[in-house]
Amino acid sequence: MNVFVWVEQHSGAPLSSAWEAVGLARQLAGDGTVTAVVLGHNVNDAAQTAIHQGADTVLKADDTTLEHYRFESYVALLTQLVDEHKPDIVLAGATAAGRELLAGAAADLNAGLLNDVTDLSLEGGRLQAVRPVLGGKVLSVEAVVSDGPQFATLRNRAFPALESDTGRSGDITDVAPALAEDAIRTKIDSIAETTGQVSLTDANVIVAGGRGVGGPEGFAPVKELAEVLGGALGASRAAVDAGWIPYEHQVGQTGKVVSPDLYIAAGISGAIQHQAGMRTAKVIVAINKDGEAPIFKIAQYGIVGDLFEVLPALTEAFRQRFNS
Amino acid sequence: MHVVVITKSVPDTEATVTVDGSGNVSWGDKLVINPWDEYAITEAILLKGAHNVTATIMTIGPDEHKEALKHGLAIGCDQAIQVWDAALEGHDSLAYATAAAAAINKLGDVDLVIFGKELSDIASDIHVFQTARKLGWTALGSVAKIDAIDFGAKTIQVQRLVEQGIQVVTSQLPAVISVIKDINEPKYPTFIGIRKAAKADMPLWDSAELGLSADDLAAPVKVTGYRELPKREGAVQMIDGASAAEQAATLADKLLEEKVL
Repeated sequence: MNVFVWVEQHSGAPLSSAWEAVGLARQLAGDGTVTAVVLGHNVNDAAQTAIHQGADTVLKADDTTLEHYRFESYVALLTQLVDEHKPDIVLAGATAAGRELLAGAAADLNAGLLNDVTDLSLEGGRLQAVRPVLGGKVLSVEAVVSDGPQFATLRNRAFPALESDTGRSGDITDVAPALAEDAIRTKIDSIAETTGQVSLTDANVIVAGGRGVGGPEGFAPVKELAEVLGGALGASRAAVDAGWIPYEHQVGQTGKVVSPDLYIAAGISGAIQHQAGMRTAKVIVAINKDGEAPIFKIAQYGIVGDLFEVLPALTEAFRQRFNS
Repeated sequence: MHVVVITKSVPDTEATVTVDGSGNVSWGDKLVINPWDEYAITEAILLKGAHNVTATIMTIGPDEHKEALKHGLAIGCDQAIQVWDAALEGHDSLAYATAAAAAINKLGDVDLVIFGKELSDIASDIHVFQTARKLGWTALGSVAKIDAIDFGAKTIQVQRLVEQGIQVVTSQLPAVISVIKDINEPKYPTFIGIRKAAKADMPLWDSAELGLSADDLAAPVKVTGYRELPKREGAVQMIDGASAAEQAATLADKLLEEKVL
């Protein structure tokens, strides 16, 4: 099997989800070739790193029109490359851009796409996937049933990346963009980056607050614990709707779906809508005044208590342990 | 000038979902409108109020999805269209997109298609981008705000919530957008609206009407079955202690032992 992997990068820095996809591609390829597709501007380092992470070859398009991901320019080029090189499988991380890009190219080629999968295997040459559906309550088993290229996007953190091997070498081939700037209908006016925050979907650890934090200031101890653990800050819909914290932090049905190694829910009752976003976390810790709160039903560890006492104590306990 | 919202009915989030021995899934009968679509419908109604546009609500689904159409009509959409055909039974995102794009093309004068960010039942958003591609239009995902829209000049400027922050982009109409919760405060049906919707005629467009063959609607992906989630081992372990500090110390040690840090 020959496998393409789209390597997502921002300002030249590849995302870890791309290396997870390269790791799986290596496994699915068998004796075949893993080709990293690197699109962007000033992406020589990203292309080289793709080889170190397990790719055999790289197709690199380095152009100002590709500096930022845009649906039309990226889809047109990926479709063209797949059509020309005829890989058996095309993979990417199931980030927002990864899902859009592979959806677009699969539509152009009338190909099957398995989206946001947590398990992926080959059965008789066809991809078969498992993915959580219906609010994460069940797993759906899906398979590609058509000939031609098979596409899949991989849920962040569901597949391991390979160890980087700087001894690996491979060919890096330059390709031209498919669309000239005039032919791209979307122009990026500005990007306001939220800096210094750990992204929820990439985070190993998430500390989240809900109605129990009581107000915007109540998020201070939640944030402090997240910082000590190097984690991201999450919130329930109740806290977001109350205006205590921006929507980008919302975990749950109409927010983000996350699967960290550790999810600490403080002052979150654990409504089914919230569970839909965090049920697949490896270890769940619940801290709540109400011992009957539904969150305790899915947690491994629970503390019934006041989060304003427990969280600072936990922050302090971890500080001591990390310092010693 | 014409705005189309595409919606769907989905199992209620509160529903108990069960899987039988043959891998079939059931969730009771109760369906609700896809939660993200409340924002999509509201945005279409807001555009209708601010500009002289027609708002159409459309579903690609069997009769039970007509409830979602009625919801849209009751809030103020001008017309509702159901797209369905036996050939779409067991469809995937590609077949869905092919049918949606054909129906939008049949309407002919559409400037903007609005989807909710994703479908909560299948937990997926790829149909949005595949519909755009089948139309040959651009797609702007996760729109948090429409800053400006000019149906005459055929331009749109939006704020998108992307993983790196907020991106402001200008694009051309026609376009497909998907909207997130930040975009508006959802409107809910009024009593009069519900009564009007109950009486509304909702035409059904099948594949013949759309000029599509069974081959056009073939699905390259099939769901082969469902499985229960792997069971979590054991019940919750409650951490007791004389003080918060003691509880915190015990928990910190346990989490370090779990090697999740």
